[in-house]
Amino acid sequence: MESLAWMAWTTPVAIFFSSVALMLVGMTLWQIKSPSIARRGFLPLTTTRGDRLFLGLLSAAYINLAWTGLTDLHQWFAAGIAFVWLLVVMRWG
Amino acid sequence: MLKTYNNKAWLLVLPVVLCVAFSAIIPLMTVVNYSVQDILGPDQKVFVGTEWFQLVMRDPELHAALGRQVLFSAAVLAIQIPLGILLALALPATGWRSSLSLVLLAMPLLIPQNVVGTIWQIYGRGDIGLAGAALTKLGVNYNYTGNSMDAWLTVLVMDIWHWTPLIALLAFAGLRAIPEAYYQAARIDGASRFAVFRFIQLPKLRGVLLIGLLLRFMDSFMIYTEPFVLTGGGPGNATTFLSQYLTQKAVGQFDLGPAAAFSLIYFLIILLACFVFYSLLQNAGPAEKAPH
Repeated sequence: MESLAWMAWTTPVAIFFSSVALMLVGMTLWQIKSPSIARRGFLPLTTTRGDRLFLGLLSAAYINLAWTGLTDLHQWFAAGIAFVWLLVVMRWG
Repeated sequence: MLKTYNNKAWLLVLPVVLCVAFSAIIPLMTVVNYSVQDILGPDQKVFVGTEWFQLVMRDPELHAALGRQVLFSAAVLAIQIPLGILLALALPATGWRSSLSLVLLAMPLLIPQNVVGTIWQIYGRGDIGLAGAALTKLGVNYNYTGNSMDAWLTVLVMDIWHWTPLIALLAFAGLRAIPEAYYQAARIDGASRFAVFRFIQLPKLRGVLLIGLLLRFMDSFMIYTEPFVLTGGGPGNATTFLSQYLTQKAVGQFDLGPAAAFSLIYFLIILLACFVFYSLLQNAGPAEKAPH
């Protein structure tokens, strides 16, 4: 689309934002279907499902950044670790 | 479980959602796109993956700027919060003296940042500035354009002068909201002045102080105008904080890719700080409402 050319879209970024949008829609539907109850896991604060997703994604970003800054190994390893971490936070956080 | 009977609220927040989409989300998406490409021209772009992030994360100048920034924000908070509380405690509580003090105290807050920078630039000059000339006359070798420590201290003192009143006003409002009954109870118990502060005033101020802490942290972490006007980031890089470093990259050198990657990292730092403060505020809420 010509009108979006200034945004300099690339496929990976488009996939990234589509996933974020899908995640938001998914979380909303899940919330409507079975509302989240705030609870306390291994994180030092009471969290709802949405809080845990936010924290998981934020820490995933930090894991990826640290990987970029500290190692020369492929970024996919960091993505893998971040994904596992996200699942751990969602389940037991 | 609370059942939603009316969905009109969604319609009412729609304008805000649209505004945020146009002013924040679409530009953010563009920044993410820029951060993974080398933009050579309007039609010439090369995908580079995480290369810019790698460059930025390993940039020693950025580490130095971040270090200076963290040190500056920590110093700002460590000085302004206690000083603001002290000022609020010292202010007259009622009457015309109170109104006059509040107006005088609020004056620095009304001055735009670039004017504050200019005022202090003149104020600190060794030849014509009141502070600069006075220090020179006293035999202090003060020169904020040549000595990094002097420059750093000048920026810090300028920020304290500009923003401590905000904390003082917030704390003053918090203090006025404490019911007289608490003080009566303290008097009956024969509590000392310090005990009153420690066990009544400070806990009651927790909410406003957290808001003050959040505001001052965010503002000091994004400081740009005042040091830019006062020292231009110098001498050397002594007062180049994160925003200015980012501007140098994006506007000065027109390195859009690294600047975009750096903006995203900056954004993540702010996001984390916001979340920490937000959780603290949320936890502070119930304590405020605890039964007396």
